[in-house]
Order: sequence, then structure tokens, then C-alpha cells
Amino acid sequence: MRWHERIAGDRGDKLLLSVLAAVTVLVPLLNLAVPATSSLHLSTYTVTLLGKYMSYALLALSVDLIWGYGGILSLGHGAFFALGGYAMGMHLMRQIGERGVYGNPVLPDFMVFLNWQELPWYWFGFDHFAFAMLMVALLPGALALGFGWLAFRSRVTGVYLSIITQALTYALMLAFFRNEMGFGGNNGLTDFKDILGFNLQADGTRAAIFIITALFLALGYLACRLIVGSKLGRVVVAIRDAEARTRFIGYKVEWFKLWIFVFSAVIAGIAGALYVPQVGIINPSEFSPLNSLELVIWVAIGGRATLYGAVIGAILVNYAKTVFTAAFPEIWLFALGALFVLVTLFLPEGLAGLLRRREEPAT
Amino acid sequence: MTRSMMARGLLTFCLLRALGGWVPWVAVSGLLTSPVVTANEDTAVFAAATNSLKTATLNEMEKAVEELAAVHDPRVPQVLKALLEGRLYYTKDAGRMVYAAATADGFEITDVISGGKIGTVEKFAIKKVAINNTLRASLNQLIARLELSVGDPAQRLSAVKAMSKTIAPESALLLRQQLTVEQDKSVREAIRTALALADIASADKDARLKAIENLKGNLDPEVYNRLNALLEKDQDFFIEPDADIRNAAEAVIKNISFKLQLYRLAETAFFGLSLGAVLVLSAIGLAITFGVMGVINMAHGELMMLGAYTTYVVQLLMPQHIDLSLFVAIPAAFILAGLFGIAIERGIIRFLYGRPLETLLATFGVSLFLQQLVRSLFSPLNRSVVTPAWMSGSVEINSVLSLTLNRFYIIVFSVLVFLALLSVLNKTRLGLEVRAVAQNRSMAKAMGVRTGWVDAMTFGLGSGVAGVAGVALSQLTNVGPNLGQAYIVDSFMVVVFGGVGNLWGTLVAGLSLGIANKFLEPYAGAVLAKILLLVFIIIFIQKRPRGLFPQRGRAAEG
Repeated sequence: MRWHERIAGDRGDKLLLSVLAAVTVLVPLLNLAVPATSSLHLSTYTVTLLGKYMSYALLALSVDLIWGYGGILSLGHGAFFALGGYAMGMHLMRQIGERGVYGNPVLPDFMVFLNWQELPWYWFGFDHFAFAMLMVALLPGALALGFGWLAFRSRVTGVYLSIITQALTYALMLAFFRNEMGFGGNNGLTDFKDILGFNLQADGTRAAIFIITALFLALGYLACRLIVGSKLGRVVVAIRDAEARTRFIGYKVEWFKLWIFVFSAVIAGIAGALYVPQVGIINPSEFSPLNSLELVIWVAIGGRATLYGAVIGAILVNYAKTVFTAAFPEIWLFALGALFVLVTLFLPEGLAGLLRRREEPAT
Repeated sequence: MTRSMMARGLLTFCLLRALGGWVPWVAVSGLLTSPVVTANEDTAVFAAATNSLKTATLNEMEKAVEELAAVHDPRVPQVLKALLEGRLYYTKDAGRMVYAAATADGFEITDVISGGKIGTVEKFAIKKVAINNTLRASLNQLIARLELSVGDPAQRLSAVKAMSKTIAPESALLLRQQLTVEQDKSVREAIRTALALADIASADKDARLKAIENLKGNLDPEVYNRLNALLEKDQDFFIEPDADIRNAAEAVIKNISFKLQLYRLAETAFFGLSLGAVLVLSAIGLAITFGVMGVINMAHGELMMLGAYTTYVVQLLMPQHIDLSLFVAIPAAFILAGLFGIAIERGIIRFLYGRPLETLLATFGVSLFLQQLVRSLFSPLNRSVVTPAWMSGSVEINSVLSLTLNRFYIIVFSVLVFLALLSVLNKTRLGLEVRAVAQNRSMAKAMGVRTGWVDAMTFGLGSGVAGVAGVALSQLTNVGPNLGQAYIVDSFMVVVFGGVGNLWGTLVAGLSLGIANKFLEPYAGAVLAKILLLVFIIIFIQKRPRGLFPQRGRAAEG
């Protein structure tokens, strides 16, 4: 199969990408061009909300790549997401400059509050956008590389791997809660003003970030599709289905796993970086094990190893969460808990599997 | 720490608690408190002696005071103290002896004989019992002697302690007299310390050296301060001119510091052990469901939470018998959590055997469900669980080391639970079947073991133990919907670290993690210590993926 056939070869892919394209064009138009009085007008709040869902969808893609195709259930993927988010947050923090409450041109407010005299070394460079964007990819990538190298080399697999990834994100959460770490402790990083000189609160900036998020989602989707269709992707699937056999055939299983793990972590980091300017805050609760578990269920609900399932699952569950937590906050956890149970018991292939069954009634 | 010391500590402790009701009366505190019921004739003698104070002239006063001091009545030191401090008055109209305390609107007076409050009066309604300086000196003596000779050991002990702070030659004499007749061991010890401290201040060099030598190993903070004071410098010169004394003091200080460190170490070890016991308790149920059955139960923490809430409900149901509530709560929590566990196994996990990742997700769903259930039924806020009287308080081994009782009981309890589980697994028919199914399911089935039933029972057992652990946790932490979440990562770490399928591994791993945590805390802080341990386990798993005590043989292949 040629590469362009691989991309968008599937019906699901075509449908998803065209819907995404339509949304990317329509949403900013309805927000900016249609007057606020019109019933077709979309509020900036909605635009931001949709943008947030899309960054979640990108995160779900990264999980689908390693879980659906690689068989590696990471319960700590939220950590990579949060790290990317923190890298972006640090850049936005430095952009505040003298407009902080304490008016210090160099130090962010929380450091002034802690009585720190100078910027810690690891904050250097984050005032440059390019450097910060590099870190968005590098930090989660490096963590995944170090962690994955240790884990895969000593053949930690299955639930053991899941549990230590959970411990990883738990440890990071505890660490980021500490004020001494220099990342704002409990409150995290917030009160951002602008990005690349554009006001973050402005409708235009919001719409632009929305478009960029959509583009990254499309790009990420295509990249994942390319990978899973390539020879590399097929080796990864082989490892998922029969790790020992793949190893005996002569593939270096560890290197394949490590590669896919690091790539997935980088995507998660990018998703985090897109998420932060839209919600306006990043704090240590993003590292909480619950978040990482929740995003696994998005993928499970959408359907594993389909890619579009992950996107659909992320958007649906989060939409449900927005509606439920606003209307019946009591019921949300009941619903989420029931979803976990029902999906694993009755819908092992997720919604995508349900659709496929409809299409092929013969089997 | 020897066993006898421990026993002595316990004994003193029990004594102190038995006396708890009227120890505050102790004269040293000088409080106007609790009337003491005595026989009528005693009160009459006491009243007569007290009343003679107001009629006596200053010259007769000395005799009157001594007569009062000779009356064997626990109220006497209080009266003498009030006299010394100028708080002893009598009412002008009825001539009643009263204690008076100045307030904004006059004087609040309390009857000396009955101890009952009378009320507030104007200044002219009462008259002070006057004393002079000679009388003051002898009063001080009398009070000290009285406090030393009357009352119970605890009272005498505090009297000695009070005297050793500002030791005067005459009180040293008193103490020496008391030492010859004193029976109680701890009081004798305190007197010796006080005397040695007095001797250090004396002029005789040999006596001073001997006194310093006697203080070796003494853990009283007063001793440590006093000896350190000997080594202090005033600019360039030592305050203490004699080098021999200084050297002797330095040697003893070294000895004391070493002992102090030792006891602090013991205290840290105790804290670590109790934290380890909590970890073992919370992980041991998991060691069965995860370790033996291979089922990842993310709802394990919530089963502990159910146990903790069971304690809360039991205490609500029997508010009159809080002391017994835990004994009801333990079996109740076991049954409740066990039933939930069986329901989870039969309803969900049964269909997911062989798909561990799905099991993990489904049980996580259950955990969310249970959390919200508790939130809706009770409240999102923490509920308060009462600690029974027999569990609160602490055992004071010496002035440095005191062990809180609830932690002590937690350690004992977790050892009991561990032994019970061990014997269930190794000695009962159920245990045999559980191990058989864990090792080779199809073979066990072929031999006629009802594997489905065994699965349900094993899971119920593990869950029940989680409930019991919850009862213990309710005594240590806040009981709220998030209780389980706080422990789930830790418990998994303990099981993974110890090695799956091995109860002993869980015990060793839990205790060593607890102790390591508490020893790291002083250097790294509580949060960093925890992070360091997590990182350590993450790296450890890379090196030994099957934990400290890996399973060997065929079972390991599964």
C-alpha cells in the first residue's frame, strides 16, 4: 500500500477527517462572523470547550496508539500530558512579565510570594516560545525514554507495567504539589495574559488556538495512521499479540516498544500544551492517577485499535461529563463507574466495534 | 529497652490513669479545685486548725501553722500555700475562712473547708490573714515537707520535680530525709537526680564530681540543661573555672546524648513499624486477591473505606458502648466488605478472567461507584470516628520515649490479622483449595474442586480483610470518600515489592517500606520521602520484576 492510500484509506478515517475539517472551518466562522444576536452564533465559551475536547482527543489518540496497538496499558499517561502542559504554562508564566500582582519583571508571582530571589535554572529559556515548544515535546519524551528503557529492558509487562506507570504519575503529583519544586505548588501555574503577543482572553486568539488544536489533532491522527499502517506498526501489533514469538523471530521487542512509547508520550505532551492556554491553568491535579485512568476509559468506550474510536470516545465522554457535572453532579461518578463496568463487560470493542458489527451483520 | 522497663512504664502509666480523677488537686499546681470528701471528724480537726489561724496573733502564728501542718489532711498544703501567697482571707461577718481572688468587681471567694464557691464580695467584707518574713521561710519548708510526705507517689514525684528546678540547701536536706523513707522507685530516682543537681552547685569538688558521675545516663531534660550550662563560656572564659568538672560534665553529656539518640532511634523505629503495620494491613487483602488470584482489584481501597464507614455506623448505633464498638465493627466490616467482594467477583470479575487489563478497568469503575455511593449516602465530608478510651493515650517509657497506644494496638492487630490469614491459607481446607486453584486451575478442577466457588470465597476473604483494615484505618485517619484512594497506590506497591503470591513478602515489604519512610522523613520531609520510596520501587521492579520473594517453580510461569 502506498502512503497516501494508507492515509484515509478507511471509511472511518475519511468520515472523521471530513467532520474535523468541517468543524475547524465552521466553528470559528460561527463564533466570529455571525453576530452575537443570531441563534447560529457560537459563544467563545463553546469554542474553548470544543478546543479542550480536541486536545483530549489528541491525548486519547496517544493512548490508543500504545494500548490499542501496542498492548501497553499506561495508567500514567496523564503525566506526559501534564508535563507538556507545564512546559507551556511556564512559557505563558514568563510572558506575564511585570503585569503580575507583585509586578516583578522576572519572577512569577508565586516565587515572589515564596520570597525567592532569582529564577531557578530550570526556568531559563522558557521565555522563548521556540525553546518552550521544544520542551513540550522533549520533556515528556525524555521521561518516557528513561522510564520505558528501564521498564521494557527488564521486561516489565502487563499489569505490573500499569501499576508502576500509576506510581510514576502519583510520585510526580506529590512532587509537583511541593512548593519547593518551583512550579507553583498546589495552585500550579495560572493567570496567563497572552501568547506570542496576542491576548489570551480575546475571541480571535481563542478561535486561532481552536484551529491550531484541530490541525494538530488531524496531524496527530494522520501520523498515528501512518505508523500503524507501516511495517513498524505491524511489528508493534505483533508484539501486542505474541510478544515472545515476535522476540524469537528476531525483532528487538524492547526497541519497538520504547519507540512507540516515546512517540505516544510526545503526542500526549503536545496535547497538554494545547490544553493549557485554553483552560488557563495547569496544576498538579492533572497528574492524579484518576485522570490517567479516565482517559483510558475514553479509549475503551470509543473502541481500541481504531484511532477514530479514541477521538470519538474522548469527545463523547467529556461532553457527557460537562453535561452531567453541571446538571446532576451526584450522578456523574455513578455514570462513569457504570461505563467502566459495562464497556469492559459488554462492549469490549467499544462504540467502533458496535458500528462495525452493524456493518457486517453476517459475522 | 528491657522488658522490665517496659513493664514499669506500663505500671506507672496505669497508676497515673487510675489517679487521673484527682491528680489535678496536687498542691504544686496551687489550683483551687475539687473538694475532697473526708470523714467528718477529720474535717472538724482541719476546720479547727484552720480557724485558729485567724485568731492567732503574729507571734502565735508560727505555732498555729505548725499545728495545722500536723493535721493529716490533703487540704492542708493548699491552705498553707494560700497563706504564703496572701490569698487566705476570712469573712468579717461570719468569720469563714476563704480563698480570695481579685476580680474586676471585688473578690471572688471560695470556702476553705468545703471548697465550694461562695461568690463575689466587696473588699471591706473580708480580711486577709497576715504573715511576716520569718513565717514565710518556715511556710516554704513546711509546704515542701508536706508535699513530700503526704499523698501518692505521683504527687510526691511532681513535688520533687518542682523542687529540683530551684534547689535550695534546706530543701536538699528535706530530700535527703525523704530518700531514707521513700518506697516508690521513680520518686527515689527523682530525688537522687535532684540531690545530684544540688550537689553540682555546692562548693566541695569531690561531691561535685561524684554528683556529675551519678547523673550518667540520666535522661531528665533538666539534667541535660544543667550540665550544658557548666560548659558555657562567658566571652572567652568558661563560667565554670574547674577543668576537671568541665571534663567530667562533657563525658556525661556525651553519654546522655548517645542515649537520647538511641531512644529517638527507637521512637522512629516504632513510628516506622506502625506505618508499616498500616501498609501491611491495607496490602494484605490485596496480596490475596492480586497475589494469589492474580486479579487486579482497583476497588480494594474502597472496600477499606466501607470498613471504615462500618465503624462509623456501628458507633452511631451504640453510642453508649464506644469502648466495645471496635469489637462489633471488625466482624461487621469483614462480613460487609466480604459480601461486596463476592458480589463484585460473581457479577463482574468472573467474566473477565484472563483479561487482567479489563479487570483493572472494570474494578476501577466499581471503585468510582462505591465512592459516589458513600458520598450520596453519608456526605462528601469526613465523618468523625471516636477512638475508644482504651486506645487513646500513650505509654511513657521515659522522659524521651513515649509510645502512643493506638499505634501500638495497630501493630498488634496487623500481626494478628496476618497470622490469621496465614493459618487460613495453610491450615484450612479452603486455603488448600485456594492454593490449588492458584497453582493449576484445570488440574484443581479435575480433582473436583469447585473453582468458581473457591474464586468467590478467595475474593470474599481478601475483600473482608480489606474491610477489617478499614476499621483499623478509621482510628488513624479521616474517614471520608477518598480514604481508599489514598492507600491504593501504596498497597499495590507493597504487594509488588514483596512479590506476588507470597504473604510473607507482603509483611516484609510493608514493614520495611514503613520503617524506611519514617527514617527518611527527618532528612527529606514527608512528601519527598514518599516520592523517593516510589522511585526506589519503580527502579527495584526493573531489577527484580517479581519482587523480593518471587514465586518459584511452575506457579511462576503463569
